[in-house]
Amino acid sequence: MTIKHHLSDTTLGAFTAGTLMESISLVVASHLSLCRVCQAKHNQLEYIGGMHLLQGPTSTLSDGFLQKTLLRLGNQEIASSQIHANSNLHVNDTFPAPLREFVPTELKNIEWNSLAPGIKGHPLTELNTGNGTLSLLKISPGMSIPDHSHQGTELTLVLKGSFSDKIGQFGVGDIADLDDSTKHQPIADTSEACICLIATDASLKFTGLMPRLVQYFTGL
Amino acid sequence: MQLEVQMSQDHEANTSQIFSELLVKVASGQDKAAFSKLFLHFAPRVKSYMMKLGSDETMAEELAQQVMLQIWRKAQLFDPKKAAASTWIFRIARNLRIDGLRREKHFLVDDFDFTRVPDEKENQEVTIGHDETAAIVRESLNELSDDQATALRLSFYDGLSHADIADRLRLPLGTVKSRIRLAFSRLRATLGTKVGEMI
Repeated sequence: MTIKHHLSDTTLGAFTAGTLMESISLVVASHLSLCRVCQAKHNQLEYIGGMHLLQGPTSTLSDGFLQKTLLRLGNQEIASSQIHANSNLHVNDTFPAPLREFVPTELKNIEWNSLAPGIKGHPLTELNTGNGTLSLLKISPGMSIPDHSHQGTELTLVLKGSFSDKIGQFGVGDIADLDDSTKHQPIADTSEACICLIATDASLKFTGLMPRLVQYFTGL
Repeated sequence: MQLEVQMSQDHEANTSQIFSELLVKVASGQDKAAFSKLFLHFAPRVKSYMMKLGSDETMAEELAQQVMLQIWRKAQLFDPKKAAASTWIFRIARNLRIDGLRREKHFLVDDFDFTRVPDEKENQEVTIGHDETAAIVRESLNELSDDQATALRLSFYDGLSHADIADRLRLPLGTVKSRIRLAFSRLRATLGTKVGEMI
């Protein structure tokens, strides 16, 4: 898998700082688990974070704080170095690891809702999405998501197939990290359906009446 | 506070080495003296970090204690070959802060930690080791201007939006964006070369 489209620096920085919304974080982490380049950059930023912590300003602790903390050590359960697998997770290579917890099934078993002709969705409802959305989308070959722009951020990670828009072609592992300045119309461009994980932090702005009606009924 | 990039590399490497060794002592012998040394350095800084990111004093101290307790519990999972002690502790602090925000939903950091990216590339030959990361970052940071370094810190360490940074530094938004872009592109340029050499 050659990844051509990466996270923006802003998004990666906010992820490293821990300031992104949960739904957006999940998409970022899913891309990172597939992308060596973004992962290396993320590691660098964490290293810088550590340097800031190491050299950073201090706040005065209350009296006896170390003693109080030492007294609590005896009750702590020590984590062993053996990593034990979480038994709730399906062993399943369809999805990037961070996503597996939220889609406890294989791709072929997902229940899809029809959103519009040629477009199906599967909302992921466990996470906080603010005013935005988090869902899997399945776009039939040749179909497109209606032309839209964004009020906030839209992150789209390709899990299967590919899509094209004016920016380029996006294959498995690629991420489209778009801010409110971008307007686009992604088209599934191969013979298989394109399946994506998509998160927005504000609702999409569709251009045109029909798309707006679709949005009204589908909640995209 | 400006990141002290001028700090001598030797000194920084030594400090980092010392904290790594302390963590290893906590892991192998549940060494309370080693833990106390880590505590005295990091707890006041973690508290300051939490307050800067919006916790009140009581909450910040509570979070600092949780961070220290987690260091005690998880020291065995620390691998000095993979991360600097400060990086490892930064991750714990950041993740506990996120967990604090999510508390009402009873998410546990251990089960639910997006930020702990699974290292699937671990066994592949192209993994960039911790020492290399440190070297690349130092090389990159040395080339940043103070302005760029400050913007970078406010952006991802203090978690401020570009608009907040512009406000804080009394600069036009465009200037802030371009400083951050330049700082990041510096990191990327150095990193790109390294990854290119390895693949």
